[in-house]
Amino acid sequence: MPAPRTKFYQVGSFAVGNRLLPPEQRAVQAAPDRGNALTSGHRACRGCGEALGARYAIDAAIRATGGRMIAVNATGCLEVFSTPYPETAWQVSWIHSLFGNAPAVATGVAAALKAKGRTDVRVVGQGGDGGTVDIGFACLSGMFERGDDVLYICYDNQAYMNTGVQRSGATPPAARTATTPVPGGNAFGQGKNAPLIAMAHEIPYVATATVADLRDLEYKVRRAMDFRGARYLHILVPCPLGWVTDACDTIRVARLATESGLFPVFEAEGGEVTGVTRIRRRIPVDDYLRLQSRYAHLFADPPRTDVIARIQASADRNIRRFGLVD
Amino acid sequence: MDKPFAITLGAGSSHANKTGAWRTERPVYVDRLPPCNHACPAGENIQHWLSLAEEPSYEAAWRQIMLDNPFPAVMGRVCYRPCESACNRGQLDEAVGINSVERFLGDQAIEHGWTVPVTAQPSGKRVLVVGAGPAGLSAAYHLTLLGHAVTVIDSGSAPGGMMRFGIPRYRLPRHVLDAEIQRILDMGVTLELGRTVTDLAEAMRGFDAAFLAVGAHIGRRAYLPAGDSARILDAVSVLRDVADGPAPLLGRRVVVYDGGNTAMDAARTAKRLGAADAVVVYRRTRDRMPAHDSEVAEASEEGVRMKWLSTIAHADGERVVIERMRLDETGFPQPTGEFEELAADSVVLALGQEADLSLLAGLPGIKVEGGIVKVGPGMMTGCPGVFAGGDMVPAERTVTVAVGHGKKAARHIDAWLRGGAHRPPPRHPMAGFDLLNTWYYSDAPATVRPKLDLARRMSTFDEVEGGLEESTALFEARRCLSCGNCFECDNCYGVCPDNAVLKLGPGLRYEIDLDFCKGCGLCVSECPAGAIEMVPEVT
Repeated sequence: MPAPRTKFYQVGSFAVGNRLLPPEQRAVQAAPDRGNALTSGHRACRGCGEALGARYAIDAAIRATGGRMIAVNATGCLEVFSTPYPETAWQVSWIHSLFGNAPAVATGVAAALKAKGRTDVRVVGQGGDGGTVDIGFACLSGMFERGDDVLYICYDNQAYMNTGVQRSGATPPAARTATTPVPGGNAFGQGKNAPLIAMAHEIPYVATATVADLRDLEYKVRRAMDFRGARYLHILVPCPLGWVTDACDTIRVARLATESGLFPVFEAEGGEVTGVTRIRRRIPVDDYLRLQSRYAHLFADPPRTDVIARIQASADRNIRRFGLVD
Repeated sequence: MDKPFAITLGAGSSHANKTGAWRTERPVYVDRLPPCNHACPAGENIQHWLSLAEEPSYEAAWRQIMLDNPFPAVMGRVCYRPCESACNRGQLDEAVGINSVERFLGDQAIEHGWTVPVTAQPSGKRVLVVGAGPAGLSAAYHLTLLGHAVTVIDSGSAPGGMMRFGIPRYRLPRHVLDAEIQRILDMGVTLELGRTVTDLAEAMRGFDAAFLAVGAHIGRRAYLPAGDSARILDAVSVLRDVADGPAPLLGRRVVVYDGGNTAMDAARTAKRLGAADAVVVYRRTRDRMPAHDSEVAEASEEGVRMKWLSTIAHADGERVVIERMRLDETGFPQPTGEFEELAADSVVLALGQEADLSLLAGLPGIKVEGGIVKVGPGMMTGCPGVFAGGDMVPAERTVTVAVGHGKKAARHIDAWLRGGAHRPPPRHPMAGFDLLNTWYYSDAPATVRPKLDLARRMSTFDEVEGGLEESTALFEARRCLSCGNCFECDNCYGVCPDNAVLKLGPGLRYEIDLDFCKGCGLCVSECPAGAIEMVPEVT
């Protein structure tokens, strides 16, 4: 089941709040007393999708756990821009160790809490796509396999942005990065689909979300907290720096990623897909790609219509595979 | 500053790091002019009263309408809805049914007996209003609210002007009209019926200013070759007689000439009076017809036949001769020399109306051009203290325009009486469709008003179009996109990656925390209503 939608009140549940709805039916982000887990003064770029996604997710986790939670952070943008010693933007219990060991540290925190009999305190591990699908992948898979009581959140911005936009295992085909320069950009046929790999572990809950659909994202964090054991949430967080988009287009580009079918939004329990968010206004992948200068070489003279067609084919495959269109 | 190497801040919160210093542009909350408000001839703040109705706060919404227009229930029936033609939602799915909601609010007010209190201090000034039509009554209402003593003089047997004697009952039931007029009279307006002003200078004795709104109710005649036995009437008289007196005898076959709204009213009225066949003859094609689409459509539904590209060449006894026309390159109709005959017991001419301006004789400074009175931007004629509006001045001739004239004139009369000049507040820039982020609005098709079934429409003068029930009226109000005006959806508050939008509480909107705003513009992009804009920082 995707996030329940409010029937009709002007903006329904598409917008963050809604003056016509009772407060408990508005998003966590609409609350004047929301957690603001990641507060002002952090050094993320203008229009950072990851800063936004992290606040959305952790504020929802704070709401779901009544504030009894500990966040474990991998190295990456999120750690660097939020916590340049001795200052921090986190307003939640938070620990950072290394780039590749966040799932293992989260496992350890959960084990310690269990030993102390404090199973009321929940653990959230979090990192970027590099720390998750590349460097920390063995630790993550082990955490899944052991069934440790951790919700692990990957903020996917599709490259190593902090160190200067190098290719990661989550970089999509044809995208230009510092290590996959034009004319070709990133090669096809590589990259990891971490949500599907997580599902293959048959853990209780796996879901995807984007910063373009706040209600859905908050619902998935809340839903994940209904389960015990290893859970995985994969959030698409556009990066204005690495994707070469305008700072004001971060949410728009995430919306186009889902409306084109390139980023399917779904949830799965025990390895089975149980709900998908259907495409509301379907668009060709062109509309999504053109907004990002990391794909500018596809629209140069001559345009790479063959490459665009292959990207469109992968979007169409997602649409068929997940039933994204009614 | 004895900090370790490369450390700039003491241990603590990032709040010490004022990221607002990065900014080159700042978001600024604005109010833009919604296209509905821009289009409203009566100057209603439609977006605002819809937002009140959405809450739902019907009485507050009605009071907001009443600031500009004392006839919501009449408007909800007879207005031609320029607001809906302009509505941005029309580009998304279908325009918001503004008129339906207005009617619902107007009917609620009548049902609950809501009234508008006069709170202004009496000014001691007296204003004469000539004509108790929509313009005159609107002026009387606004002048009374502004503290002036108003006397309305009308030659008719009942107040309302064209609302009573021109618009048929099936479009505007008389109990609705009576209720809204009575509400104005109950505010202390003096009404003198059955009195025709022939000498304005004389009538103005004892008054400090006058507002003329005598309307245009003389049917225009055209030379029509006709035999002695032809029965030729004018549409305005037919409609007046139906409203106030013995119904005219039109016969079973009625031909109506010309293609305006009055022609449609006359043809539909003929049907209701028992005509088996009512034919509208018009020189041009349907797309050039001045009548509003809804009226043409409703007339056709009721069985009124239309003869396009035709003119009446001759009328005699029980037949008229029609000549076929064709449009030349400039779109002007030219005769073709082809004729046909139509059986007709009567011919009703709906060629437009003229104003009877004889009361102005001898008044200095008044300019009349083409049968209508010239007025300045403040609705004043060339004669100081004499203002005019409605159908007797140059403008589109609709009830809503007349009501707007009444309001505008009242404000200028008030300023004139107090020795100043009325300066309307500057208008906000337009809220165009391209400024909206329509993603956030729910998909919601428009609600359709119920219509009387055809059999009863063709045999009675019962109201054709029904109103909406409360739940559907509320739904319709909530389809409003609130173009250009914040409706507190919390999007800006939510989407800021820097927590730099402060939420001030219900009704108070938001504020940008410039200490931390980096100027990314996400709040502007994701504002559904286009109520925030980016402004460059001055360095």
